[in-house]
Formats: sequence, C-alpha cells, structure tokens
Amino acid sequence: MSFTQEEEIDLSPESTAKAGVILSSLDWIYNWSQSNSVWPLQFGLACCAIEMIGTAGSRHDIARFGAEVFRPSPRQSDLMLVSGTVTKKMAPQVVRIYNQMPEPKYVIAMGACAISGGPFKQGYNVLKGIDRYIPVDVYLPGCPPRPEALLHALMTLQKKIKNQKTLGKNITNPAYKEGRRIYPVPVLSGDDLDPPYNPEVWTPPAKNPNVEDGCE
Amino acid sequence: MSTETMPARGFNLSKDDLGADILEIAMGPHHPSTHGVFRMDLKLDGETVVDLKPIFGYLHRNHEKLAEDIPYPGSMPFTDRLDYLCGMTNNWAYALSLEKMLEVEVPERAQYIRIICAELTRLVNHCLLIGFFINDLGALGTPLLYALREREKILDLFETLSGARMMVNYMRFGGVRCDLPDGWLEECKRIVDKFPAFLDEYETLLNENEIVITRSQNVGVLTAEEATNFSITGPMLRASGVNYDLRKVDKYGIYDRFDFKVPLGAHGDCYDRFMIRMLEMRESIKILNQAMKDLPDGDIIGKVPRVFKPAAGTEVYGRIESPKGELGFYLVADGSTNPYRFKVRPPSFINLTALRHMCIGHKVADAVIILGSIDIVLGEVDR
Amino acid sequence: MEINHEAILTQFPDLEWEEDTQSLIVPPEKAVEVVTWLKEHPEMRLDFLSCVSGVDYPAKEVKTKARNEEGKMEITVTQHPEKMEVVYHFYSMEKKIGPLVLKQRVMSRENSTVTSLTPIYRGADLMEREVFDLFGINFTDHPDLRRILMWDNFEHHPMRKDYTPPNDYDYEPTPHDDVIERAQEREKEREGQEA
Repeated sequence: MSFTQEEEIDLSPESTAKAGVILSSLDWIYNWSQSNSVWPLQFGLACCAIEMIGTAGSRHDIARFGAEVFRPSPRQSDLMLVSGTVTKKMAPQVVRIYNQMPEPKYVIAMGACAISGGPFKQGYNVLKGIDRYIPVDVYLPGCPPRPEALLHALMTLQKKIKNQKTLGKNITNPAYKEGRRIYPVPVLSGDDLDPPYNPEVWTPPAKNPNVEDGCE
Repeated sequence: MSTETMPARGFNLSKDDLGADILEIAMGPHHPSTHGVFRMDLKLDGETVVDLKPIFGYLHRNHEKLAEDIPYPGSMPFTDRLDYLCGMTNNWAYALSLEKMLEVEVPERAQYIRIICAELTRLVNHCLLIGFFINDLGALGTPLLYALREREKILDLFETLSGARMMVNYMRFGGVRCDLPDGWLEECKRIVDKFPAFLDEYETLLNENEIVITRSQNVGVLTAEEATNFSITGPMLRASGVNYDLRKVDKYGIYDRFDFKVPLGAHGDCYDRFMIRMLEMRESIKILNQAMKDLPDGDIIGKVPRVFKPAAGTEVYGRIESPKGELGFYLVADGSTNPYRFKVRPPSFINLTALRHMCIGHKVADAVIILGSIDIVLGEVDR
Repeated sequence: MEINHEAILTQFPDLEWEEDTQSLIVPPEKAVEVVTWLKEHPEMRLDFLSCVSGVDYPAKEVKTKARNEEGKMEITVTQHPEKMEVVYHFYSMEKKIGPLVLKQRVMSRENSTVTSLTPIYRGADLMEREVFDLFGINFTDHPDLRRILMWDNFEHHPMRKDYTPPNDYDYEPTPHDDVIERAQEREKEREGQEA
C-alpha cells in the first residue's frame, strides 16, 4: 500500500495504533525509558546503606522501579545514593566518585546525616550536608529512612526525569545541557576541609538568624 | 628457538624472571566487599598478599565526644547507631553499664524482655552476616536475599515493639521503655518456630557446598593463643576454640537461668567462623523458646532516680556479649549529669587487629573472605 | 570474680592501689614488668586485654559545699592538677576472672608519654593508636604509632577537653543554646576584627 499526495493520512491515535505506530514526543519516550532504568551506584556509607540493601531485598523489591542494577563502578551508574553520614575524611572520595560518573547523573541524599549532619551534626569530623560540595536532586529525610521512603525518593526522581527537556531552547536534560559536571575535590588540611564548601553549589546564610532574634 | 631458554611447562615463573615488582593496591573506601567504608592497602606479589595495612576513620562520627556533651539518657539513641545491625544489644550494654554504676535493680519481666530482644538481634545479625559472607564468596545476590527475607520478619517485630526497624532506642536504665503490645508474643513465637526451617534450608545449601568448603577451609587460620593475645572476642574467638562466652562467664542479666550450649570451633579458619554462627543461631532459638515460656508478669522498669547523677570519681566498665563480640562501655563520672568520659569498647574494631596476621600469605580473593568472616560494621569500627 | 590486689601489692610494694576507683596505678617505667608478671602468675593469668582508654584531666578547681562542725555552710576549694591517664582493663580467659583495672598516669598534658603494652598484648595495637590519635599520648615501644581515625596532617587531638571544633555550621539556625552562644561569640569576634 502506498500513499498518494491526494489521499489524506489518518493520524488519529486509534488508526496509528492499529498499524503499530505510536506517536509521541521525543522527550516523552526518552524520559520514559531513562526514568525506568536508573542504575544506582552500589555505595554504602553508614546505617542507611543497610536500609538501601533492604530495599533491594525481596520484600520491597526496588526492581519494580527498574533500579535494581546496583553497579559497583561509578562509570556505569547514573544515580548516587549518598546513604549515610559523610565524614570529612570521606568527603573528598565522595566528590571524586561523583566526578567519575557520566552524565546524566543524579544524587539522592539519603538520611538526615547526608542532608545536614543529622544527629552527628556537632561532631568535629562530620560534614554538615553533602550538598556543600555536589548538587543534590532529592533530599530524603529519616534516620534511617524506611525502604518505602527510599522508593518514594526514587519515584520523585523519576518524576523529575520525566519533566526534563532534551530538545528546543531550554534544555534541562543534563546529558545534553553541558559537559560532564565536575566539581573541585576538597583537600584535608588542618582540622577542616579546604574549601569548607563549594560556592558554586552552596552558599551559607550570612549569619545565624537566631543570633539576631535574641535567641528567643 | 632452543629448548633451554623456554620456560618449563606449568609456568613456574618466578618474580625475577618476569621482572615483576610488588604491586600496591588500595581496596576501599568505596569497594563492594569491604562492608562499608573500610580501606585496606594491600601489597601483592602476583596474587599473594605480602603486606596489609588497614585504614580506618572514614566513618568516624565522634560518638564519644558527643556523648560527653549530653546527659546520660541522651546517649541511648546514639548507641543504636554504633553497630547499626544490633541496636538492642548496644542499648543493653549501655544500660547495663549505668545500672552497674548506680546499682539499679532491673525487674524480672524487663530482664526477660531484654533477653528476648537480644537473642532476636543475634538472629538478625548472624543470618545477615552469613548472607554477606556467601556474597563475598561469589554467590551474588541469592543467599543474601534469603537472609534479608528472614531479617524483615524480625524487624517487623522490633517495629511493633519500639516504632523503628533498626534504631530501636528501646532499653532504658532500669528496664525497658514500653511493655510488649498485645499479640506480640504470639507473633514472636510463630516467627521463632519457623526459623529452624530456614536454618535447615540454609544448611543443606551451604554446609556441604564444595565451593564454600574449598574456599573457606584453612583460610585465615587463627590459633587459640593468637586469638587471646589479639584480644579477639565473640564468635571469632570461639571459632578458634576458646570457650569464653560472656553469657556464661559474666552471667549478666539472667542468662544463668537458661540452658544453652556454647559452640566451639576446632581449626579457627573461615569455615569454622561461618559454622559457629550457624550453630549459635540454633542456641539462640533455644534461649528464645525458654524465655518466651517463662516470661513473668510485673513491672517493666525498676525504681530509678529522675536525674542520673553518679558521684564524682566513680567509674565503671560494663560489658555484654553482643553478636559481634564483647561490647563494653567505660564510663567515668564527675558528679554532673553528663558523663566525663564515655568510651566504647567496639568488638569489631578490635577483632580487626588480627586482619593483617590472617591475610598474609593468602591470595587477594581470600583477603575478602577473611574480612567478611570477621563480621565488621563500620559504624562500630570507627564510631 | 574479683582479683586479689593484695598479692600484687606484696610483689610490687611501690605500686599504688586507688580505693575509689578500684584500680592499680602503675608508673609507666614499671608497666611492662608488672603486666608480664600478671600475665604469667599461675593464679591470675591475665591473658586478655579487654579495653584501652585514654582519659584527659585538665587542671581545675573543685568547690564543694559542706556543713562544718558548727553547722555553718563552708565552701572548700580543692585544686586538681592536670593529668592524663591510660586505663587498661584486664581479664583472664583461662581462669575466667577479672577485671583488673590498671592505670598508667602521667602528670603532664603536654609531653605525656607512657609505655606501650603492644609487645605483650598484640590486641593493644589499634587501641593504643586510637588513644595516641585522639588524646595525643605517646607510647614508647609501639611498633606503628600513627594517627588512626583522623587524617595524617590533622593538627590537634580532638578528644582532649579543650579542643574546639572548626566553625562550620554556627551560622545555621539551630535549637541548641550552646551553638547559638558560640555563634554569638564568633559574631562578636568577627565584628571586633572588622572594626
């Protein structure tokens, strides 16, 4: 069967579906496939890592969301689950691993410690939030978060992926936006990390708001 | 080519023939087989380990310093995060230390509940450890999934009891926080009754398994004298044949009322350490059954002061048999509500002292198994 | 089961037994001799070193209130000199007895040096390294005395009582009064520097 120019082509969804053709935007099909095949990095830091393993176990079964392929190598993964307390001694390694991941790459800060230091915030060797050095896509509170919460964080990330644009003016898909995002690795010097945060990703508030309010 | 210059069949090449040198590799802190953020710097001659340097501190989150700045009861939730697989036993060790310092009596019912919780924790820890150990041997995934399935059931019990799966924060000085909810004991009994079936399944799959035997027997041998000298405790010590179980020696809590055996190993190799854990789970089930049968009614918390203020200058060292070994708390009081010195004796950290000794002379793949058989949790190693 | 400390004091009459804390104070230069004797003594056989901990005591004044004989409240001030302690807990696996608390005490915080027991108990290796790292107590005869938990070029010893952690979160909102206080102090310092 061939079309002549006079014939009208029927592009209604019913007739195209019958012919085995699905019409969709490139963004939709790209994001659909990408969001359902997120490969996390097999990277456990502390207590939250055990819940991460529990999520991969048979009861919670992260495979339902296409994210069961835990890769030990950062070169093969596109999601970094920062699962647990990041200490100052560990922070350079976390940034280095992030730099090694290819685009598109995403970060879930899992647990209170990865977000802000959590219960260990007043410790001298605890980094007060991994977002001081690398951009975080989803913050997942809890100490540790339940596996259901981790699944919800994954679904939130999938939602984010489904909204990104690959073509057009405002490209938001990190794979097509810019080169690989590489952030400077902090150095351990003296009692603290140098620099204490990366101004490109995070800026501290000018001063403690409680101090101005008179500590009430 | 003349035959004289040809290397012999079987490739008996020495290091000098190849011009090879000692290879230094760093395993970790991000490595799938180091159980967290532990790092080993290995020196290899070919595949053989000639030197090993453990490097710690990647999870050092200042537990001891933080505990010195908060009152005594405030440290209880932090102890959950020490060895994050066994929250209950960590709680108990800390509670026991302060009870010893203040001479607080613990009611009968609370003692029984504590023992039930501690033995359930032992089941969780050991079955997870065996899952990880077989994972390290190369059976990726499946055995661990079996272990996780059993673990989830016990975590459900902890959740109904305390509200949290892992960070239970359940024990209090002088007792426990809340009584058992309705139907908890029956549910616990149902799970404990089914547990031996899981152990049978695991044992048929693993105990006689050719790969498990050839890879773990005679690997990482530690004799009884060495084990004592290295301050090794817990299942690892008993795998070397030293009969030292604090549940029998110190008889803390009410362990003297229960009838159970202490399994002992004969060779002190990785296979023995694996088998000891299997056997200990069976003994834990025995204790659980006795404790659930005899559980009395009564108070769950004893008479405790409103504010914990031990006299200045007193100090105490309390220890219990945690699933990993001897977990101790050394507390020094200065008469205020905060401890002056708060020291944790972490069993898995001290058990790592022998790692270098056990690994030298073995292949690099065996180093992974030896580390797995020690049973470390980095939250406790680095604190 | 308790250990008979009288027997130790008869063998080593110049050692001190502290009744309050039930511990044996050993000068660093005699530590190896005492410990070897304890390990080989047929009735004690202290073959298991359970725990090594460091304790830091900066110099301080302690005021105690008590009623004197006339029934009036009286405040007495006692001076506590600075000192550092390394506390060892020994048990016997063979005889199943213990603990024996043994303390090596030095009366200086700056140059505190004690004797390492690693040559006798290899289990002390990592624990003594930890005490060195966090408290800055030196151990003579330790085979490999390096920092263990902190990184190599860390400047201070963080478990000492006078250590202040770096200012890296004071500017954040917090419910903790002491953090707010510290933030206020640092704010004043900054203003003073600018002025």
